[in-house]
Amino acid sequence: MLGSSPDAPLLETRNLTRILPGVVPVTLVEDVNLQIGRSEFVAITGPSGSGKSSLLYLLGLLDRPTRGEVLINGHPTHARSRVELADLRLEQIGFVFQFHFLLPEFTALENVMVPMQKLARLSKRDQKQRATDLLANFGLGDLLNRRPAQLSGGQRQRVAVARALANAPPLILADEPTGSLDSHATEQVFQTLKDIVSTKDTTIISVTHDMDIATRMHRRIHLVDGRIDYDRSQTDPVPA
Amino acid sequence: MLQFKIAATHIRSRLRQTIVSTLGVALGVGFSIAMAALMEGSQRDFVDTLINAIPHVEIQDEKRVATVQPASRVYDATAIHGLRPLEDLRGIRNPTEALVSLREWVPGNMAQSLSGQAVLRYSGQDLGVTIVGVVPDRQLQVSQIAEDMRQGRFLDLASTANGLVIGDTAANRLGAALGDMITLTSAAGLSKRFKVVGLFHTGVTASDEGLAYAPLKATQILLEKPNIINRITIRLATIDDANDVAARAERQLGYKAVSWIEANEGLMEAFTIRNIIMYTVVGAILLVAGFGIFNIISTIVHEKARDIAILKSLGFRETDMQMIFAIEGLVIGLFGAVAGSALGYALSRYMATIEFEYSVGAEVTQMPIFISPIHYLIAAALALLSSGIAGYLPARRAAQLNPVDIIRGAT
Ligand SMILES: Nc1ncnc2c1ncn2[C@@H]1O[C@H](COP(=O)(O)OP(=O)(O)O)[C@@H](O)[C@H]1O
Ligand SMILES: [Mg+2]
Repeated sequence: MLGSSPDAPLLETRNLTRILPGVVPVTLVEDVNLQIGRSEFVAITGPSGSGKSSLLYLLGLLDRPTRGEVLINGHPTHARSRVELADLRLEQIGFVFQFHFLLPEFTALENVMVPMQKLARLSKRDQKQRATDLLANFGLGDLLNRRPAQLSGGQRQRVAVARALANAPPLILADEPTGSLDSHATEQVFQTLKDIVSTKDTTIISVTHDMDIATRMHRRIHLVDGRIDYDRSQTDPVPA
Repeated sequence: MLQFKIAATHIRSRLRQTIVSTLGVALGVGFSIAMAALMEGSQRDFVDTLINAIPHVEIQDEKRVATVQPASRVYDATAIHGLRPLEDLRGIRNPTEALVSLREWVPGNMAQSLSGQAVLRYSGQDLGVTIVGVVPDRQLQVSQIAEDMRQGRFLDLASTANGLVIGDTAANRLGAALGDMITLTSAAGLSKRFKVVGLFHTGVTASDEGLAYAPLKATQILLEKPNIINRITIRLATIDDANDVAARAERQLGYKAVSWIEANEGLMEAFTIRNIIMYTVVGAILLVAGFGIFNIISTIVHEKARDIAILKSLGFRETDMQMIFAIEGLVIGLFGAVAGSALGYALSRYMATIEFEYSVGAEVTQMPIFISPIHYLIAAALALLSSGIAGYLPARRAAQLNPVDIIRGAT
C-alpha cells in the first residue's frame, strides 16, 4: 500500500505523544522520536507502567497519537481513515501479544490463515501451503490441526508469531511475547524471532522484561515515564 | 467466506441461546402465518358468500348528480328561481341498446330487470312486496336464486306468461301454495292475476317475505312502464374487475353503476382495519423475537470482545466486524423464518381439519383457511428485517470497540 522509498526508514516517529484525556489527563507516551530501518531487531525495555505497550499500540496504528506522528516508509499516517489504517495493519504489520490472542475455535493452521484470507492475495491452496510451511518452520508441523487450548504456552506463542508473519509484513510488533513462558519456551520463541529477522528481511520490535533477551537484540530502547531514556544499538550483542 | 466461518464459531459457542432465539422467531413467524391464513380465509369465505348473494355490478336508473335543468343549459345564470323543474322520468331508457353496447366488452353475464312496489292479495290477506320483473334465463345467470328454490322451478316463469315466484314466508303468510292464483295490485291501482309457479327460501327474511319475481313483460304492464327497466345486474367472471367495470359502464351509459366493493364499502373498510390490526400484531410478535436476537448477539459481542480485538489488530475493517455479527442475526432470522414457515404451514393445515358445529344439528363446518405465499413472504421479510436490525445494532457497537482497551483489559 505504502511503497517504500529507498531512503525513508521503515518506521519513524516524530514527537509522538499520547495523553489520555480526563479530569486528570494521563500521559502514556511523550515526545518519542525514533527511526527504525529494515531487518532491525529492537528491544523496548523499561519499568512496568513506563508506556511500552502504549508506544507499541501507536507504532502499530491501533491507537492514535495525541500529538506527533508515525510514518511508515516515509508516509505520514495521521490523516488516514480507519479503513486505511486497517489495510495498513493487514499488509505492513504483524502483532504478537503477551497472551496468545489466537481465535480459540480455530485450529493452529486456520489461525495462521486468517490474515491471508482477509488479504485474499493467494489462492486458498497457496494460503494453506504457506501456513503449513510457516508452522513447520517453527517446529509445529505435527500440531496443525490443534486448537489453541490443546497447545502449550510456547507453542501458542509460536503460532501467534506464524500468524503475524502470514502476509509477510516488513514489521512485527511484539508485546512481551515471552512474558508468560518458562525459560525453555522463552528460548524457543526468541530463536524463532531471531531467525525471522535474519532470514526474512523483517524488522521486529519487541517489548520485553527479560534482560537476558533484551541484551541479545540489536538495539535497545529504554523508556521511563513514557519518554525515551536511552536508545542504543548493541552492535555486538551477546552471541545467542 | 471467513466472516461466515467466524460467525459460525460464535453461534456454536452459544448454540443453546441461539436455538432458543431462532425458535422465538420461528414461533412468531409460524403463528403469524397461521393467523394470516385464518384471517384471510374467513374474509374470503365471507366475501364469497356475500358475492354469491349480491350483484357484482348493479347499474341503477339514477345519476350521481341531478340532471341539469333545460333552463340552466340555455341561460348562463348562477341561479334560477320560480321555474317548475322538468320531471325526471325514472328508468333506464333504451334498455336494448344499453345492453347491446355493454355486452360488447363486459367480461361476464348481465340481466335487466324492472322492480317496483305491489301488493299481493290472496284469500283476503294483503302483503306488500317488491316485485321484480325479470328475463328468467338471464336472471339465472346473475343470481343464485335457482339454488334457493324450494318448490317449482324459476324457469317456469318463462313458460307461464303471468307466472310468479315468491318466498316461502310470504306464501305462508298468505296461505298460498304452488299453483294458486294471486292478485297483484300496483301503487297506481292496476290489478293483475298471477299464478304461483315457484317458492324460494334464501334465509334472508326480508327477501323471503317481501320479494316476488315475475316475467319482465307482465311486470312492465302491471307497473305501466312499457319497455322500461330500472336495473342491469352484472355478474363478472373475476370479481376483482368490479370497480373498473362499474366505472366504465357509468361513463358509457351515464347511469349510476355500483360495484359490490362500493356497495359494501363499510365492510371492506372493516376488513382493512382487521388486516392492519393483524399485521400490527405480527409486527409486535416479531419485535419481541427481535429483542431475543438482540439479546443473544449482544451477549456474543460481549463474550467475543477478544476476538474482535484480535481481528482488528490483524487488519480487519469495522465493516468486517459489522458483517460478522449482522450475519449472525440474519442467520437466526433466516432459520427462524424457514422453520416458522414450516410451522405456519403445518398449523394452517391442522386448523383446516378441525370440524365444529355452529349449533346442534347444523351443518358441520371447517375453519376457513386460505394459504397464500404472500403471508409467508411478508412474515419472512418482517422476520429478516427485525433480525437484521437486531443484529446490526450490537454489530455496530462491536465494530466501534477500541481494540486497545480490550487488549489492555486482557493482559
Ligand atoms: N485506560 C487507562 N486509564 C488510565 N491509565 C492508563 C490506561 N491505560 C494505561 N494507563 C497507564 O499508563 C501507563 C502506561 O501503561 P503501559 O503502556 O501499559 O505501560 P507498560 O506496558 O510499560 O507497562 C501506566 O501507568 C498505566 O497504568
Ligand atoms: Mg505492557
